[in-house]
Amino acid sequence: MEAKGIYARLEQRFPGKVSGLKDAVADPLLMVDAQAIVEVGRFLRDEPELRFEILSDLTALDFPKEEKLQVVYHLYSYTFRHQIVLKVDLSREAACVSTMEGVWKVANWFEREVFDLFGVVFDGHSDLRRILLPEDWEGYPLRKDYVEQEEYDGISTERAPLVEKLLR
Amino acid sequence: MKPLLNSLPETVFTTKVDSLLNWGRASSQWYMLFGLACCAIELMQTGGPRADVDRFGCVPRATPRQSDLMIVAGTLTYKMAKRTKLLYDQMPDPKYVISMGSCSNCGGLFQLAYSVCKGVDKIIPVDVYVPGCPPRPEALTEGLLRIQDKIMRERWLVRQSDGAQESVGA
Repeated sequence: MEAKGIYARLEQRFPGKVSGLKDAVADPLLMVDAQAIVEVGRFLRDEPELRFEILSDLTALDFPKEEKLQVVYHLYSYTFRHQIVLKVDLSREAACVSTMEGVWKVANWFEREVFDLFGVVFDGHSDLRRILLPEDWEGYPLRKDYVEQEEYDGISTERAPLVEKLLR
Repeated sequence: MKPLLNSLPETVFTTKVDSLLNWGRASSQWYMLFGLACCAIELMQTGGPRADVDRFGCVPRATPRQSDLMIVAGTLTYKMAKRTKLLYDQMPDPKYVISMGSCSNCGGLFQLAYSVCKGVDKIIPVDVYVPGCPPRPEALTEGLLRIQDKIMRERWLVRQSDGAQESVGA
């Protein structure tokens, strides 16, 4: 099904919860209300004409000027070979959204990664720990305003003098 | 080996104990099988039939407790840095470290990343730095020979080893 068709189905099923379809791009995307994201996901997976069996990627974007974090869901259907991207806007201070784990189990690790690097809290997640960085790491490095620590666990983060000079 | 003098042909060698110890030690530098990133591929090649560091008595060991030499081959992340320190501490003395490639020398290509340690010498002492990205097996072999040179200069009986650090090709 084309992105327009998918969007029409969603608008019909969740009036007012979906918006901003962009289908003139390589990966057609639409915005979803943060409260409704799990229901939208379950609908997209279970609907016989849509059948999005796989969450191929879950990631995030940081927009410090607009004071928002965006969580991005890439969905794909093996049955119909169509795809769609869902985006959810969250506030930067209290970035929190319900977990997608109950719909696609793979979301477990994806969400841990987004939590690790962006600090988005996934409500109801069964095991929300850091997945890549050490457990005692401070801060969320993929946020635009991340400042590197002076040292990590007694190891200085200082670079070679020439590089430090170029960075300044 | 120079100090070995053949005073009684075919029966007796005379040498200094230091020289004998150093010769034995230099000719059996067992390195730990320990690769962190793409440099490990070159490290494998160095142990392979073409470069064949087995000629110099360098064979890989699968445990730090049997190793004399640590070759840090690849990008060192902070998460791995702690483990590397632990492995180094598990090696018996005397032990030597080769920092192989730009990444373990200074962080290299990835030193601007938040997660990459800016050089293995921030956590453990390094004897020889081998530049390159990655260094060819010849370069790493040269590094091993420099380690052997360093060992041959040591004086264990009087404990006056020079702690000078060297860099291959510098």
